[in-house]
Amino acid sequence: MSSIIIFLEQNKTGQISKASRAAIKAAKEHADLHLGQTNTSLYGCVLGQNSKLAAEQSSLYGIKECFFSEDPIFNHFNPWLWSDMVFKIAAQLEALSVFAAATSIGKDFAPRTAEKLSAAQISDLLAILPNNKFKRPLFAGDLLAEVEALTEKKVCTVRATAFEPQAEIPKQTEFKAINIELSQDLKDLVANAGSFVSSDLSPAGRPQLNEASIVVSGGRALGSAENFEKYIYPLADSLGAAIGASRAAVDAGYAPNDWQVGQTGKTVAPTLYIAIGISGAIQHIAGMKDSKIIVAINKDPEAPIAEIADYFLVGDLFEIVPQLIEEIRTAKLP
Amino acid sequence: MKILVPIKRVPDYQSKVKLTASGDSIDHSTTKWIINPFDEIALEEALRIKERGCANEVVAISIGPLEVEAQLRSALAMGADSAILAKVDQNEIDSAVAASILAEIWKRSEYSLAIIGKQAIDSDASQTPQLLAAKLGLPSAAYASKVTINQEKKQAEVTREIDGGLETVLVKLPAIISVDLRLNEPRYASLPNIMKAKKKPLEIIAAETLNINLKPLIKIHKLVAPEKRKTGKRVENAKELINYLKSEKIL
Repeated sequence: MSSIIIFLEQNKTGQISKASRAAIKAAKEHADLHLGQTNTSLYGCVLGQNSKLAAEQSSLYGIKECFFSEDPIFNHFNPWLWSDMVFKIAAQLEALSVFAAATSIGKDFAPRTAEKLSAAQISDLLAILPNNKFKRPLFAGDLLAEVEALTEKKVCTVRATAFEPQAEIPKQTEFKAINIELSQDLKDLVANAGSFVSSDLSPAGRPQLNEASIVVSGGRALGSAENFEKYIYPLADSLGAAIGASRAAVDAGYAPNDWQVGQTGKTVAPTLYIAIGISGAIQHIAGMKDSKIIVAINKDPEAPIAEIADYFLVGDLFEIVPQLIEEIRTAKLP
Repeated sequence: MKILVPIKRVPDYQSKVKLTASGDSIDHSTTKWIINPFDEIALEEALRIKERGCANEVVAISIGPLEVEAQLRSALAMGADSAILAKVDQNEIDSAVAASILAEIWKRSEYSLAIIGKQAIDSDASQTPQLLAAKLGLPSAAYASKVTINQEKKQAEVTREIDGGLETVLVKLPAIISVDLRLNEPRYASLPNIMKAKKKPLEIIAAETLNINLKPLIKIHKLVAPEKRKTGKRVENAKELINYLKSEKIL
């Protein structure tokens, strides 16, 4: 009997994130292809506020037992504490693999867990391949590598856009949600690991960039933060879309850091990606090239983004964007 | 206070990577090497911390063949006080091996801080800073966009770029900090500093004398270029675009 632990992230209402459901899907494929489906069990771990609800919900996705804790110690992420929790559960279950979505939380704690388990880590997993191999990107996705983890135990951070989020499956009768007992040494550890000061989060309202089915992104050609707001925001809102930005637009202060799409920012793969005034540097393309439909609007007919766009509209974005908003309004009228 | 800044040499991001005929490795015969841009930001931050009087020594370290001396000399020219070259003969090392070497180097002196790029732009693994922290049993703060050192309290206040925005945390020193893109703008080395860098101390340590496992945990079997997207249609105006999107059932 082998076990896989999947670290799950929940939103404010206790729903398991789409990225974490993609991690469940990847773990299942790993179980099927590498470990043997019938004798592998999936365990979950979810920490912090609303984790009880999320743990209970995890049974819908084929998790056998889910560990959770709503102790205030988990109110703010701490890589040391998180990695230690996941390690302890993995050690207790003698788990062979640990999976987590490649989010800012997953990427931060997973290597620490890997170190404690003497496991190799596959970062940004793109696909499970036969013969114990995994596919992952190198050089901003310019190359794909087929890699093997040479250790008995493995840790994988999963690129959420590469796997379908796990769908609901018939509920298992034997599911258990297990409240984690916190030991004193763990509480001491936290005191030594550092402390939370403050956060400055983007206001909720629009869909999250990495979960949205439509993303509207703006680039340097917008020219100012005012124009970014004047043209990109209403277009995104007319489509119910999330907003992204190129590195150039973020560097110029037109959009906040966490909107950056690309090698060093977020990877997105929505149904529709609209790139406005973005020339298409390889580092930007790395973050959006797996989108289903790519639309680019650019005044330069030779912009590199034209090579990957399904629909390319050459022209002045300041004229085209308001026309687009108008057309979308008309198209949506009954 | 002494700061360790690990530096990885990576192929220039402006050049196209080439594969060897066997397809299991990269053809480096014409590669132009640079310092990983994130590590350059890390070094700049270490230098600024020193210039603010919060540190007295910045040590750059790189792992690789003797040729990485070129990148270490660049780091010395930027302002690092000394450099260590951990020499490895094998071509590829992974994050686990790199972190093991860095941990041994760390233990040889009294460092209070290691500042490292959050990822290398070739392997894109984003593991080494966290692995190093785990190996040394130290706190860490990843994806820094602002770092303030409080020497009296022996702690660092770090603003981190996270998925939803920014988060500020305190970590006790010694600690490992990984840096993000917008922490600072690295300086260019001046000509006099480039000359001075040639005389700064650079110690070469053969990695096999460190008594650690140098065997990678990850084996790369094959490298392939991803499938190219097909070039699409040019559309004339907003109306035509919307009609296409409607026909794709997207709107």
